[in-house]
Amino acid sequence: MDLFSASNITKQYAAHKALDEVTINVPEGSIFGLLGPNGAGKTTFIRIINQIIAPDSGDLMFQGRRLQPQDVEKIGYLPEERGLYKKMKVGEQALYLAQLKGLSRNEAEKRLRHWFSKFEIMGWWNRKVEELSKGMQQKVQFIVTVIHQPRLLIFDEPFSGFDPINVNLLKEEILNIKATGSTIIFSTHNMASVEELCDHIALINHARKILDGNVKAIKDHYSTNTFEVRFNTFDQDLRTILPETFEITQTGVDEKWQVARVKLPQESKPNDLLTLLMPHVTIHSLNEIIPSMNDIFINVVTDKEAV
Amino acid sequence: MNKILLIIRREYLTRVKKRSFIIMTILGPLLMAGIVVVPIYIATTTNETKQVAVIDETGLFFEKFKDTDNIRFHYLSTTINSAKETFGKSDDYALLYIPRTEVALPTNAILYAGKQVNINVKSYIRNVMSKRIEDLKLQAQLTGLTREDRSPINLDDLLRSIKTSVDISTIKIGSDGQEEKSYTEVSMVLAIFGAILIYFFIFMFGSQVMRGVIEEKTSRIIEVIVSSVKPFQLMMGKIVGVALVGLTQFALWVILTFIIITAVTATFTGKTLSEANSKQLIEQSTGGFNPGQVVHLPEEVQQEGGANEVMAAINSIDFPVMIGSFLFFFLFGYLMYAALFAAIGGAVDSEADTQQFILPLTAPLILAIVMAQFIVQDPDGPMAFWLSIIPLTSPVVMMIRIPFGVPTYEVLISMALLLLGFLATTWLAAKIYRTGILMYGKKISYNELWKWIKY
Repeated sequence: MDLFSASNITKQYAAHKALDEVTINVPEGSIFGLLGPNGAGKTTFIRIINQIIAPDSGDLMFQGRRLQPQDVEKIGYLPEERGLYKKMKVGEQALYLAQLKGLSRNEAEKRLRHWFSKFEIMGWWNRKVEELSKGMQQKVQFIVTVIHQPRLLIFDEPFSGFDPINVNLLKEEILNIKATGSTIIFSTHNMASVEELCDHIALINHARKILDGNVKAIKDHYSTNTFEVRFNTFDQDLRTILPETFEITQTGVDEKWQVARVKLPQESKPNDLLTLLMPHVTIHSLNEIIPSMNDIFINVVTDKEAV
Repeated sequence: MNKILLIIRREYLTRVKKRSFIIMTILGPLLMAGIVVVPIYIATTTNETKQVAVIDETGLFFEKFKDTDNIRFHYLSTTINSAKETFGKSDDYALLYIPRTEVALPTNAILYAGKQVNINVKSYIRNVMSKRIEDLKLQAQLTGLTREDRSPINLDDLLRSIKTSVDISTIKIGSDGQEEKSYTEVSMVLAIFGAILIYFFIFMFGSQVMRGVIEEKTSRIIEVIVSSVKPFQLMMGKIVGVALVGLTQFALWVILTFIIITAVTATFTGKTLSEANSKQLIEQSTGGFNPGQVVHLPEEVQQEGGANEVMAAINSIDFPVMIGSFLFFFLFGYLMYAALFAAIGGAVDSEADTQQFILPLTAPLILAIVMAQFIVQDPDGPMAFWLSIIPLTSPVVMMIRIPFGVPTYEVLISMALLLLGFLATTWLAAKIYRTGILMYGKKISYNELWKWIKY
């Protein structure tokens, strides 16, 4: 069941098309990665979900019905360009932002106190925002994003500007929120975090969606049947013992072993490679080379651009 | 709670808690009270004796102008033209000319002077004249009564029927003999003062709105907020919140100014001139009023010094009308301009980029203030009329005209157009604002703005 879906979203700005017939389905309870190079249209798409701007055409569905203006209270949004009123006191400001999301003052205060003590910033309640370090401001921003327990959370480049300790804290909290049943959309070009957290992704480039689906399925799809073998020293060329159809993409030596990457013909299994090698060398290990999301990303983007 | 109310509340509270607001609230009334109190103080402490020559063609005021501590009167029997010629060479401070009237009692006089006529001198002359005329009217009434009927008369009606206001115009005689009309009327001071206050308020609170929008943009909080509320709600919340700050400031200024002025004048004297006069009159009229009896009428005007006369002049202004129209023209003038200021704030990245837009935006206001000096000279002329009807200049120009009296329908047309102007600019501004607040790092040209409006 999809918590959110967008079909055929098009957005045209005066000179350029920001989104061209983009269709995306976000399954309930998943962490959904929205990927793409800078300027691909991710932020425009996120602003459309948040109803900050309206699409020229296309449909938006939320919880099985058309997206309504009051749904903003069920959505939490941490924008890439984020900030707080510098001259306002931290607690007062968090209360204000929480109330704008539809919480009553009492409820907002109760929840904020809980979060503030969890993040150990309770002592800053009555300080002005400008006195806070950047990391602390980001904690406050995170809190006000999740304070109204939204069904859908949207993080636009959430880790940019966080130090490693806070990145971990944030990841932990994101997984906690997922565990409570909320759905999360991640917009990023940081592929490492995608592999770690996301279940599903959609890749947007030049205003178009060029790839989407389950992360595992995509990886399987883009695996090239390439294996890395480590073996003892062997003074002949590997080429001489492998048939033409086995492509050696890379050879080298590490501290102890010779290393080679071999791309197998489509129908071949790793066993075939082993059978061919075993009479000549002593094999230490054999691993499949699984493409990283980063490779896939670069591949797909450059491929499509070549086309 | 409604979200727009939340926004208004935040905008209001963060501003009234600011130190600058509190300082302004205290300094404003001190300044305004100073404007009122200092002339009174000077008037009461000036020891310089002023000589006033009087040409009374009616003969009704002979010996009626009594010398005071610092005004001395002497009567001339020459014609007004020869008096004007010799005026420059004499030591006289001013020349009072009461022209002959054929049937009615005289209610006009001209005061010639070499420089701006002191408001005390003018008020004193006006008081003496209206007193004398009221006496004459009362005598005429009483004579009529003794002749015709003996029925009791309504004292209120009687007092109302004899109430007279005397119009004294002032003409400045230059050293070269050139004549030029000059104005020292309280209404004129008030006109300019009200206009400047409106101009200042629109500018001050309009740019507060603009700075607020820029602050939200540069601190990057804007996107968080517009994911909770519509950009229009945020814009209107800010504009209304700042309007309430302005009204609060104005209300505090009025209250504090009145307190200060009352406190200061109380130290000078107890009651005002007009009160003293009417009380005296009523006491005498009610103290046995028999036809045929010679009624002793007060012939001497109270001489209580300059302070009272200035206060009397101020008391004669219709403050509820002034303050009411000030509030309307301030509020809607502000609302109209504030929307445009908000649009500018939304379009630019920093305050440094605002100049190119602020100047054309505020040009009508500046024009109105520059024209003020001509409008006070001809408050019913075509320029005054049109500038007080066109919404962009009407808040300032109508404030100039109101103390001189404006036909009600003109005020209503002006108000209606201002209301329309406010709706139009808000509609326009909202379009620029909602696009601008999400744009960063782009120099905005007028072309670009035009695209946003059409978009």
